[in-house]
Amino acid sequence: METTYSNNKFSKVPPQDGFRVAYILHLADNSLILGQRNAEWCGHGPVLEQDIAITNISLDLIGQARSFYQYAAQLINQHSPSPGGGRGEASEDSLAYLRTEREFKNCLLAEQPNGDWAQTMLRQFLYSTYQYYLYRFLQTNSDTTIAGIAEKSLKEVSYHLRWSSEWVIRLGDGTEESHKRMLRAVDELWSYTGELFIPAPYEKELSIDTAFLKDDWAKKVNTVFDEAALTVPSNVFMQEGGKTGTHTEHLGYILSDLQYLQRAYPGCDW
Amino acid sequence: MPVQNFEQIFQGKIDNEVKIEPKDWMPDAYRRTNIRQISQHAHSEVVGMLPEGNWITRAPSLKRKAILLAKVQDEAGHGLYLYSACETLGVSREETMNDLHSGKAKYSSIFNYPTLTWADIGAIGWLVDGAAIMNQVMLTRTSYGPYARAMVRICKEESFHQRQGFESLLVLSRGTEEQKAMCQDAINRWWWPALMMFGPKDSESTNSDQSMKWKIKRKSNDELRQNFVDMIAEQIKTLGMKLPDDKLKWNDERRHYDFGEINWDEFWQVVKGNGPCNKQRLDARKKAWEEGEWVREAAAAYARKKASPNPSKGGALEAA
Repeated sequence: METTYSNNKFSKVPPQDGFRVAYILHLADNSLILGQRNAEWCGHGPVLEQDIAITNISLDLIGQARSFYQYAAQLINQHSPSPGGGRGEASEDSLAYLRTEREFKNCLLAEQPNGDWAQTMLRQFLYSTYQYYLYRFLQTNSDTTIAGIAEKSLKEVSYHLRWSSEWVIRLGDGTEESHKRMLRAVDELWSYTGELFIPAPYEKELSIDTAFLKDDWAKKVNTVFDEAALTVPSNVFMQEGGKTGTHTEHLGYILSDLQYLQRAYPGCDW
Repeated sequence: MPVQNFEQIFQGKIDNEVKIEPKDWMPDAYRRTNIRQISQHAHSEVVGMLPEGNWITRAPSLKRKAILLAKVQDEAGHGLYLYSACETLGVSREETMNDLHSGKAKYSSIFNYPTLTWADIGAIGWLVDGAAIMNQVMLTRTSYGPYARAMVRICKEESFHQRQGFESLLVLSRGTEEQKAMCQDAINRWWWPALMMFGPKDSESTNSDQSMKWKIKRKSNDELRQNFVDMIAEQIKTLGMKLPDDKLKWNDERRHYDFGEINWDEFWQVVKGNGPCNKQRLDARKKAWEEGEWVREAAAAYARKKASPNPSKGGALEAA
């Protein structure tokens, strides 16, 4: 497990900052991978206004990812400045484009396929709810850069949460067909929600115990599910591993698209 | 008042540069021409999302990914303004969309070409948006008010897109040999289709004369095409690339660039539906529309429930 965050790429980062870098990468990867998934909808949405809305959310998430990657790169470079400058240094793009499947630390929920509009809306809702309470907590973090990014992103996430809750309710309580599709989405995604509240080693080291977010998250999900005529599942076995680099098979395909050009033409500017 | 007088008043407004507004009397043919043109334009924006959308998940840096997403999103926004402009003429968005899906309405043929490499994204921004701007700047002064106003907003964003496309090619043109080759190849493939965007030669354009008289159009296809060639022939020097035309040469007498003959057979084949991606583009739009049907139905059903006097529950939507 150690290798997933203190791998040889960042070997000169001392342990305490190593955990911090790992955590920041975890936050960045979550936003990037979900942003990448949402971007797949662009041009294919069920109605033009919603095509624009999901693209907006994708842009917000990619923006958050960039802020976190830039900060992680800065920390990495402080400890291992590259002698020639430039190329060898970590950057937002080297972190997004040149790490492997086992190095990505996003939650499994973020990488799940779009499925239909119901599945995408539910994934967004479950994740935005988590992100909302997490960023609200991180706003007061002693690391002022993390706190600053969280504070700025919270405005965006509040909108994502409102928009996706509305869709969950609308589809859950819409037609027979939309209700059926929401049930299927719950069935597809629920087992990936447990991981959100199980702290990874780097979270424990930084005293970011996400377990305490679970009550707020569950309360919000209950309220919306109730309004949407959906039932919160019980006794579902929870999958985990994303946070420490053991992913579902989907991530490899996401990265082969995402990283294709950087891998095929190494060392180029774009 | 006899129709004759209505027509005189209408043409009088046009001649005096007074915009025609939705509630004004207008000849049926003027209405139909505007509906045809504005809806084709709207469809072009929406179908145009597909070739560029093809590279969003594979954009080579996070910055380029964000720029491309924002650009494609702008195009969806343009589609919305234009469908709204079309609605002011009395056709609903649904009817307009159905005409696209049935193949009755056309969209710009340029989007029936494939985006094969990353450089195509830069080439589309530079050449395709560049050609579109030529046409659209003219349309900011078109006689139908809602169309002209939509074009003002659209033009601002399009010129931004063109600069971004050029800048993206500039980076490639200063990159590795492979990147330079990718850049030149994209220019080779997009140049002639971009020239075709201005439509048939003036001598063969059927809709032009009346449109000029009604000031729906203010410049001819050939005039706009020439302006475009003159602009690009200069800009390409900065890229250090070549346009794929042996006949391209500055003509000092005309004060314009001369250029070679467009392959009009190819132009008509693509218009007729035989371009490399006609089928794929239309299929993708139809698929999005058909697969979205249950979503639109659910949203409508939910809205009806909420509007009914006896709502089952309430609160969470507002509190969320």
